[in-house]
This record gives sequence, structure tokens and C-alpha cells, in this order.
Amino acid sequence: MAGKKILLANDHVEGIRYYDAYRKHGGYTSVEKALKMTSDDIVEEVKKSGLRGRGGAGFPTGMKWSFLAKPEGVPRYLLCNADESEPGTFKDRYLMEYMPHSLVEGMIVSSFALGANTSYIYIRGEYMWIVSILEEAIAEAYKNGWLGKNIQGSGYDLDLYVTPGAGAYICGEETALIESLEGKRGNPRMKPPFPAIKGLWGCPTVVNNVETIATVPHIINMGGDAYAGIGVGRSTGTKLISACGNIRKPGVYEIEMGISVEEFIYSDEYCGGIADGKKLKAMIAGGSSVPILPHNLITKTAAGEPRLMTYESLADGGFISGTMLGSGGFIIYDEDQCIVHNTYTLARFYHHESCGQCSPCREGTGWMEKVLHRIENGHGKMSDIDLLVDVAKKIEGNTICPLGDAAAWPVAAAIRHFRDEFEWHIQEPEAAQRGNYPHWENRPEVVA
Amino acid sequence: MESSIKNNPAHVGCTFSADRLTEVDRLMKQYPEGKHKSAILRILHMGQKDFGWLSVEVMDYVASLLNIQPIEVYEVATFYSMYHLKPVGKYVFEFCQTGPCCTRGAEKTIDYIKNKLNIEVGGTSADGLFTLKTVECLGACGYAPMMQVGDVFFEHLNEEKIDTLIENWRKEAASKN
Repeated sequence: MAGKKILLANDHVEGIRYYDAYRKHGGYTSVEKALKMTSDDIVEEVKKSGLRGRGGAGFPTGMKWSFLAKPEGVPRYLLCNADESEPGTFKDRYLMEYMPHSLVEGMIVSSFALGANTSYIYIRGEYMWIVSILEEAIAEAYKNGWLGKNIQGSGYDLDLYVTPGAGAYICGEETALIESLEGKRGNPRMKPPFPAIKGLWGCPTVVNNVETIATVPHIINMGGDAYAGIGVGRSTGTKLISACGNIRKPGVYEIEMGISVEEFIYSDEYCGGIADGKKLKAMIAGGSSVPILPHNLITKTAAGEPRLMTYESLADGGFISGTMLGSGGFIIYDEDQCIVHNTYTLARFYHHESCGQCSPCREGTGWMEKVLHRIENGHGKMSDIDLLVDVAKKIEGNTICPLGDAAAWPVAAAIRHFRDEFEWHIQEPEAAQRGNYPHWENRPEVVA
Repeated sequence: MESSIKNNPAHVGCTFSADRLTEVDRLMKQYPEGKHKSAILRILHMGQKDFGWLSVEVMDYVASLLNIQPIEVYEVATFYSMYHLKPVGKYVFEFCQTGPCCTRGAEKTIDYIKNKLNIEVGGTSADGLFTLKTVECLGACGYAPMMQVGDVFFEHLNEEKIDTLIENWRKEAASKN
């Protein structure tokens, strides 16, 4: 079936990157509508829509907005989290590169709803060319009266700026993002206080992902109830999925929540199946931080139900046999991929990106990387496997930000589902250097 | 992430051009009064672009523009992986080596560059033109193998494309000398 498209309905339109084409295709109508609403009404529509944060955590956006403190005489800020750095995730980049005005429009409506008069888009420094694209779109929006003083005669003022980072995964964590935006090292803050009470420069602040903010205009245009009617259950609307790894058609796809994982992987509308006629070995559904699943738990849950592209279905079975939708960073591994090697590269990533504030994360991520490195290179001991599980357990939940969990989960899940492959690497180091684990297809049955 | 900072006598007295100073002023005004330190990351990017790498002298200059203590600049510059805290070649290859890129042969391509330029990761070619760095996820997983050079992403790389890029950059550098 051809899925419903909302965010990318017009991404193929010529010139849609620029104001004229964007406006001609219905751009900025949500601002006209929103400026006639009260901010409470806008928040209410977003609540009704069931929209959940698209950065990874999936927290209900309307509820997040309603937590924002509104003390008299204190400025409030809306920050857009465009620090897309989760391995496997490259969806926000696509949206900003090809439809920058959709983010600008979303920032205006959302800032108005929150009563913010200055807002910032914090974008990862590596996306420097997109900074220019966004600044060009913002300049066009100012020129046409959608930003600046007294927007469209409403009396509402908004200034919007872009601030690039400089290479740090941790700045995608919202309090690290705030620190970085203040011109400091990106060290996450202790919470509470949460940003909604004390955020940027000590003022109440909301931080939302690019895709989340770009969805808001559509909710305002169609109404929260209509948006909630798309998708399945509490997974409402559509989601951008960036698909990569060993598939025929890597790229960014907009899916209606509720299509099956099988359709997403194998249909020509999306990934187009596994590349080069290989077999599917494993999948990471929501960016490298979420648990990896073996081939027998991808298209069906442990209970034998078809696995769907929703928050709930991907998480079905918890961490024993499920995973998470996360950021929508979808990574496919074929039969030639080595789970030990992949786990090692991800452990190296988290070690590199740990800010170093909390010892369980600073020491634990480096320890896991070292142990995985020696297993990968044929010097592992059988006790290393339980050591990894133990280190992962001791990081999880013991750090002030979720990077610790994000580093622990992939290691724990790889061992949970592929322990035999780790054992083989340790017991047959020479064979492991030469080729791939031969028994990867025999997965133990997981009881639902 | 580099942790030590280095002097460079050649950077003593470095200054931005008039256009760049106008840009610095524009950036500082994007933040409320007294909060202009927020512009630091972007001004450091500008410093790196104009002066090649971030020496103590360049960082001290940025501190003077922002009217903050030099240590405030050092602590920021040493945190973020995009900043070069030692001399680099004219073209810096920042090659992504994270998991998704590895599924599509990133490591083989990195080895190819190492052999071609006769350098190790972190090293600079004998002619001073190319530095090879490995970096973590750049958000281009679907277009791997890939690397960033300056502000540009080079994607779907293979040995042939690497050859062409290096050849073109050699020509470009020769024509400017």
C-alpha cells in the first residue's frame, strides 16, 4: 500500500526549498491560523494529536509543552534540537536540507504557543551547509513578514536564529544542548530542575526535535483529532525513518505508523529488501542505542504477531525480545556482518562520545570498548562475556544523562541474542579472523 | 578529542578581516545582552577556517573578541571533536567509522586512503596536503562510505572516487602555489 505522507508530501516539488514554492503549496497557512488561536488552544490541539517526540524518547509533545513554567517577566525559549548524531539517524538532515521552511514554520507556531519571543535551532556543526540553507529560509521568512516584529499584524514578535555545534553526540541530550548553546562544554546538567523550569540562561525552556516541530503546522492545519486518526493506537501520525545498512535502497522514508516491519524492509516503496540477495541477520530499529534484534524477532514478535512500525509493537516483549522505535534510525545487517565487530564499533562510539562527568559512563564505556576489542581480535576469554554484561549493568541507570543507558543497551542486547557468536569468537579465534559465524541462523527460541 | 593545546608563533597577532569582524558582530547580537559568549562555537569554526587550526594564539584572539577569559575558550575548544588543536594538512579527511558505515565497507576505504597517502589515521601526508582522521557518526549512514572535508560531505565513496578527489585536490593546491 502507498503510505500517507504528511511531512514529505511536497518534498519532490521543484524549488520547495525556497519561499515562493513553499508558500504556493500551502506553506505558512498554519501560522495564519495559529495567530488567531490562543496559545492554550494550540497546546490543546497538539495534546489531542497524540504527537510524541520524534528525537528518540517518544515523550508526548503536548504534555512537555504544558510543563513549561510561565513566571511573569521572565523570557521563555524554544530550542530546536537539530543535533542529529545517533548512529543510523539522518532524517532531520533530509527535512532541513530539502524543506527548511517546514521547520521555520513549525518554529513560529510552536514559539507562539509557548510564548517565546526568541528561539534557536541548535544544529550539529558537521551540517554546516544546512546552516546556510536554514539561514536563507529564515531571511526569506523575515522578508515576508513571518518573523520579526508584529508578525502578520498580530502583535506577536519572534526572532529565530541558528547555532551550530562543533562535534559532540552528547549535545543531543537536552541539557547538554543548553550548555553548548550557552557557549560551554556540552556537559549534561543534573535534573531536576528540568529545562521547563530552568533551561537556557536559567529561563523556562522547551527543547524539541526537528521532526516534532515540523509536524506541528500539519496538526494545526488538520486539527489534533484528524492527526490522531492517522496511525495506530498511541502511535499516531507518520514517522520519518532513515534506513541504512545492507538494504537495496538506503534513504529517508516517511511511513504511516502501523505498517509492518516486513513491508518496510521488503517492499520496493521502502528499503527494497536485502542488498545483493543476501539474508537478513539482524536489525536495529531506532538508532544504535536501542537493542539489536536477531532475524527471528524482526518481522514477528516472540508471540508470533506481525511486528509493526509503532512505538508499542517494536517494544513488544520488552528488552527480552523487543526493541524501540527510538529516533527511527533503521539499520539492517546481512549475513556477512559480524555482531562482535558491530558491537565493538558501537562501544567505541559511546566511549568517544562520553562527556566524562560520571565515572560509570566514563570508565565503563572505555572498559567495554577494550574488552570487545580483544574479543574481536582473537584475545578474548570466556569470562569476558559476563564481564561485559556486568559492566553494562553497572553503567545503566547510574549516570545523570541517558548516554550511559544508550551505551549499555546495545552491548547487553548483542550478548542476549548472539552469545554463541561471542563464544565462537573466543573459542575459535582463527576461524573468526577468517570468516563469519556459520551458525547465525539457529537462534534459540524466545518465549513470549 | 584532543586534550592539550599548542602555541603557534606564526599565529601571533592574527586578526580576522573586516568582513569577518562584521560577521562576528552579527553572531554576537543573536543572543541577549551579556550572553554573547554563545557565539563562541561558530567563531571558533571561523578561526579554524581562516587560520588552519586552533592554536593558543587563535583561541586567545577569540577570547579577546568575546571579552572572556582565555581559559573559557580553551575548555570549549578541547571538548568538541571538530576543532583541530594541532597543525593539519590543507585538506582534512574526516572519515566516518561508526557501525552503519562499516556495514558498507568504510574500513576498507579507510585502509585504501592510508595506503595511497602512506599515512596512519591522525597523520598528514608528506606533501602537507592531506590529513586523515576517523570520526564518529556524521549522519550520512545511508550514503556510506563517506567523509567530510571542510564543509562538504563526500558520500557513496569508493576507491575510484577517492583517486579522483585526491587528484583534483592536488591540482587545486598546485594551481594556487
